[in-house]
Amino acid sequence: MIRSEILKEIAPILRDQLVVCNIGIPSQELHAIDDQPTNFYMLGTMGLASSIGLGLALSQPKPVIVIDGDGSILTNLGTLPTIANNVADNYILLIVDNGSYGSTGDQPTYAGQKTSLAKMAEAAGCDRVIECQAEDTGRVLQEALDAKQMSIIVAKCESGNAKMPVITMDPVVIRDRFMKAVQA
Amino acid sequence: MNIDKKITDDLVANDISFVTTVPCKQLAGVIEEIDAHDDIFHIPSNKEDEGMGLCAGAWMGGKRPAIIMQNTAIGVTINTLATLIQYYRMPLPMLISYRGELREPVACQVEMAVHTKALLAQMSIPTYHFHHQSDVEELDAILKYTFMCNKPVAILTDANFWGGYGDQ
Repeated sequence: MIRSEILKEIAPILRDQLVVCNIGIPSQELHAIDDQPTNFYMLGTMGLASSIGLGLALSQPKPVIVIDGDGSILTNLGTLPTIANNVADNYILLIVDNGSYGSTGDQPTYAGQKTSLAKMAEAAGCDRVIECQAEDTGRVLQEALDAKQMSIIVAKCESGNAKMPVITMDPVVIRDRFMKAVQA
Repeated sequence: MNIDKKITDDLVANDISFVTTVPCKQLAGVIEEIDAHDDIFHIPSNKEDEGMGLCAGAWMGGKRPAIIMQNTAIGVTINTLATLIQYYRMPLPMLISYRGELREPVACQVEMAVHTKALLAQMSIPTYHFHHQSDVEELDAILKYTFMCNKPVAILTDANFWGGYGDQ
């Protein structure tokens, strides 16, 4: 399975939740599969999806699901200790770990080699860390929502991207409709 | 006047309840005040761009954020300011320790100080420079201005403002 197949499978779970989605092809794929006002698409700023989602989770009570990537987490590794030490039980970080920088031409990341992001999250102090295979992502994500406990999910999948159009929505529109969905 | 308490009181009076910090010796007192205040959630960040991500999320979640950092971090956060805070039009007061100005003991700090205002000007970020203690009287108006216009706003606070750096 590649990332877009995971996103298609978990779209019914994501639909009713606040979702912060990583820059580049992940946001393009989610936007094309199931655009919702509850989705915050990052159009730039590599690495900050997990931080934006944490700030959001700490500031209001609804569950927040962050769809991040292994390359993006590696860009902002300081996020893991911040997440671990500021527990928000409405926060789920789903790292789609395809071992590559998908948006830039599938160059390999260290997470696809010797580095384990699940072990790094545990070492950072995160209490509920689950590594799963791509096929189990939907079940593990639903369990995390039901657990109502801060969860870090590392879903291991194959490298590759679906061909989707670039998001042309204005960033202020994305942000405004998202904020209205947060308050709804 | 206790500057640390005055700054913290102004943040609280402007309903700022989510503050992220990356420390500086000059800012130690204000960070301590913020950490102890019941009306502010204080979340230290490991790097300033991470902190700006936290602030963006907090604002979308309904809280007014602020970031406290050193001016060296302008070099770290240009991309985040342009593609997150400015692109999505978000308010962000940045209380900045302006290292490398008059009464600075560490020469290397001057290397970023000489670029600080030029970078902020290049980014079209409204910038205020606190040099004398009495300049803090404008903080309340600057915070109101920030949330009126939904922009990042820089408040540079130099060693003279803080009464000298370190043992000087």
